[in-house]
Amino acid sequence: MGNKQTIFTPAQLDAYQDCTFFTRKEILRLFYRYRDLAPQLVPLDYTDKPDVTLPYELIGSMPELKDNPFRQRIAEVFSEHGDGNMTLDDFLDMFSVLSEMAPRDLKAYYAFKIYDFNNDDYICKSDLEKTVNKLTRNELTPEEVSLVCEKVIYEADVDNDGKLSLEDFQHMIIRAPDFL
Amino acid sequence: EKDKEDETREEESCSQQNGASREKKHQKKISNGKKAGEEGRRQRQMGKKAPTKDQKESENNEKKTNRKGKEGEDKQKKDRKNSTSSASSNSSDEESLSEEELVMLMEQVEQKKKLISTMRNKPWRMVKKLSVLREAQAFVEKFEGALGKGKGKKLYAYKMMMAKKWVKFKRDFDNFKTQCIPWEMKIKEVESHFGSSVASYFIFLRWMYGVNLVLFGLIFGLVIIPEILMGMPYGSMPRKTVPRAEQATAMDFSVLWDFEGYIKYSALFYGYYNNQRTIGWLKYRLPMAYFMVGISIFGYSLMVVIRSMARNANESTADGDDDNFIFSWKMFTSWDYLIGNPETADNKFASITTSFKESIVDEQESNKDENIHLRRFLRVLANVLIICCLCGSGYLIYFVVKRSQTFSKMQNVGWYERNEVEIVMSLLGMFCPPLFETIAALENYHPRIGLKWQLGRIFALFLGNLYTFLLALMDDVNEKLAEEDVVKNITRWMLLGHHNSSMGNGSTATPPPLDPADVPRGPCWETTVGIEFVRLTVSDILVTYITILVGDFIRACFVRFVNYCWCWDLEAGFPSYAEFDISGNVLGLVFNQGMIWMGSFYAPGLMGINVLRLLTSMYFQCWAVMSSNVPHERVFKASKSNNFYMGLLLLILFLSLLPVAYTIMSLPPSFDCGPFSGKKRMYDVIQETIELDFPLFVAKIFSYVANPGLIIPAILLMVLAIYYLNAVSEAYQHANVELKKKMQIQREEEKNKRNNKASTNPMLQDLEDLFTSSTKTETHPKQEDKKLESPNKSSPVRRQGRAAALDGSPMIGGRGAAFSPPPHVFVTQPPTLGVRPPYLGQSRPRGYPVGPFPGRGRGQPRY
Repeated sequence: MGNKQTIFTPAQLDAYQDCTFFTRKEILRLFYRYRDLAPQLVPLDYTDKPDVTLPYELIGSMPELKDNPFRQRIAEVFSEHGDGNMTLDDFLDMFSVLSEMAPRDLKAYYAFKIYDFNNDDYICKSDLEKTVNKLTRNELTPEEVSLVCEKVIYEADVDNDGKLSLEDFQHMIIRAPDFL
Repeated sequence: EKDKEDETREEESCSQQNGASREKKHQKKISNGKKAGEEGRRQRQMGKKAPTKDQKESENNEKKTNRKGKEGEDKQKKDRKNSTSSASSNSSDEESLSEEELVMLMEQVEQKKKLISTMRNKPWRMVKKLSVLREAQAFVEKFEGALGKGKGKKLYAYKMMMAKKWVKFKRDFDNFKTQCIPWEMKIKEVESHFGSSVASYFIFLRWMYGVNLVLFGLIFGLVIIPEILMGMPYGSMPRKTVPRAEQATAMDFSVLWDFEGYIKYSALFYGYYNNQRTIGWLKYRLPMAYFMVGISIFGYSLMVVIRSMARNANESTADGDDDNFIFSWKMFTSWDYLIGNPETADNKFASITTSFKESIVDEQESNKDENIHLRRFLRVLANVLIICCLCGSGYLIYFVVKRSQTFSKMQNVGWYERNEVEIVMSLLGMFCPPLFETIAALENYHPRIGLKWQLGRIFALFLGNLYTFLLALMDDVNEKLAEEDVVKNITRWMLLGHHNSSMGNGSTATPPPLDPADVPRGPCWETTVGIEFVRLTVSDILVTYITILVGDFIRACFVRFVNYCWCWDLEAGFPSYAEFDISGNVLGLVFNQGMIWMGSFYAPGLMGINVLRLLTSMYFQCWAVMSSNVPHERVFKASKSNNFYMGLLLLILFLSLLPVAYTIMSLPPSFDCGPFSGKKRMYDVIQETIELDFPLFVAKIFSYVANPGLIIPAILLMVLAIYYLNAVSEAYQHANVELKKKMQIQREEEKNKRNNKASTNPMLQDLEDLFTSSTKTETHPKQEDKKLESPNKSSPVRRQGRAAALDGSPMIGGRGAAFSPPPHVFVTQPPTLGVRPPYLGQSRPRGYPVGPFPGRGRGQPRY
């Protein structure tokens, strides 16, 4: 079945397989998913690496992300320029990390970036507040939110600098039973 | 910016070894190729900060990479040592030099290869990954051919080629394997609609299907097919023929539906098999095969279950026994990233909000005494109620089975009387779980814990039912055994009489053989047991499907369409739509599997029925879930409760092993049916094979091994080993707890410290923050003392804590090392900022890039 596809060269496919957690069929399927978002923009031939980016509005409307409260952050973290617009490479990257084959520490690294809303390499209180509000759709009172955030910092901040660094985050999240 | 840093680091790691021994010749040779410039750059870099870098790098790598990578690292270190020594000893010799260089190259190539294989674990942009990958591949391509020399070269090249082919083959094979996993899309779809907990049931179902397929292959390929192809045909002997009395009705559907008639006398059941030692031109030892397959079904299942349990246990690093991170975990891990359905998402949002509110309330008033008492009372009450239910159902089944035995002795009983046991058991299985669920609402557990309780209870119910059923069946078997003795005598007399009568005729020819249909039969208890199990399975399947159809589909249709003309809102009000009942379904599956395991020895065809059942229920239940169920009100994730399912499965496997083993070891097989007829015990077939087919010494060895004198010490040894391993694991746990405590203490007192500091000396703190953690304090205790004595009162306590921490940290190692907080505050520095103190060299130099890798950046300065 592989011989009739002309989207990628075999070398490209091999490289993608080395760089992601996917098999060639999955990569092709992802490509079609990507293409279905904007058939007029994405060419059917990727052998010469066309420079195509899809805007965030399209990415965020995928059923996988549509209902996710963090969809914008996810798209931003994985996009090349941090604006949520994605090339195919970014797209593959995102799904590779979010797939179930990816190891926990890789996921933890990206999860940290996702929760780090202001990109300062720390999850500070404002990031936490945003997270809580997104998770609960603003249904908690501000006092409750700030209480929760204080609690989180109290629990997870190992080095006592009032914000969570990547290490704090990993230390905490690696042992969480629910962390996928 | 960060990417650039990564890149330089990567290059360094690739050419680590270069730094160890830099020799001009070596460099020249390497730089023959296009890479000259790059190599040179690397060398320069290495020159700058070679020794410390290397150390750090390897440390980091160790943390980052997996175990395999670590081994590789160690090996490489060793190699490097070797190579340096050899290089220094005979650097003048051209021959050895090239050898040494070869080692270098080989290492480099290995390193690149490792890089290629771990590429996907790196948190880089795809573009960068691709380019690094290409570079590494080009490097490997270029230099691996150059390795090996003279005769070895060709061999090496060949080996490399084979290795490449092997990698390609493996990848293709993996691709093929993932393609072979069925229902991936179906399950994903369910997952996105109902969250991962419902999907976990379907994954479990798929896993069961796989296991059963293997078991079915075993039975079908090694027992049923040989019997059909090479065994004696139907009608050739009494056990393979329908008795004369039953022949008239043997093809009626009602008879076949009860698995009597032609089905009873077919290869699906134990009784059909002949006790001939070998069959066909292959001399296939069927009785032996039958026995071994029966054993290996249990062996294989045990192996698979335990293996997957171990794998699951390995994957889950902790069971969440920590109470330290309640809020953090709630915040960061409560979203189920697999949800892709607005309705489910709404429910999820609601449940997250509730859980946050709950834990806030818990936090605010952790002393709710009267509530706790009430809750405890309710929980006890619920448990009492449930135990009553269990006892009642057990008694009911015993009563029914006893009654069915009296029915079976009577003539012309109705359909209900014949199927009473199955009906009652199915009804119990249908109505008890919802009852339990209602009772469990009293207890007010978290849904995940509630699910476990619910599972445990239903499991107890099913198990009780199964075992009462078995006990009653055992009574039945004993009766049959008594009956068998009588029949045996009758058969002998009859055969004798037949002979005599033919002799009495005076004809010298052999008497005309008795028609096999006319020979009186023993009751053949094995087939009876097999039929019971098959019936139970089939009725279970039917009840399950009908429940789904009526309870879910019809209800959903009713709610959906009658809602237009009804007094109240049906969708929101009383009947509403059904939720997918995870616990009931999982247990149904597990319980069913237990019956299969028990029954398959007596009814080889049962496995086929089960495979069909799993196959159809996959499609049927997927359809039912998608069409007529709604997501749970409190959507919760599956986490690792898979191991809980596995535990149940293991338990039931063990429990179903017991009765089978009992019958094999201590009941005599029927005298006129089955592959073991005529033997005293079923396992005699092993002894027979060993004595007749193997050379004498094997039989001798076997008899020695089977000697209790050997077996008892072996068991003792195993028990001791278990005891020892248990003790070791306990010790580890203890050490873990200790370490946790130490960490806690250290954290607390750092907190105190920080507060003190903040109030006393902000200046000093600024200084310290500048130099946080970049040094080890023991090297300069004096300076520390000097500095610290003035501002801080709590210093003795603190130092103790630090000592403890330092004590602990080497023991943790690996991932644990990341947990030990950096020795921030103890660290002080002479105020000579410009000059780097000598001891700083041990640790990470300043300005070293902040690693984006997990576990890397620990203890580095924060600016």
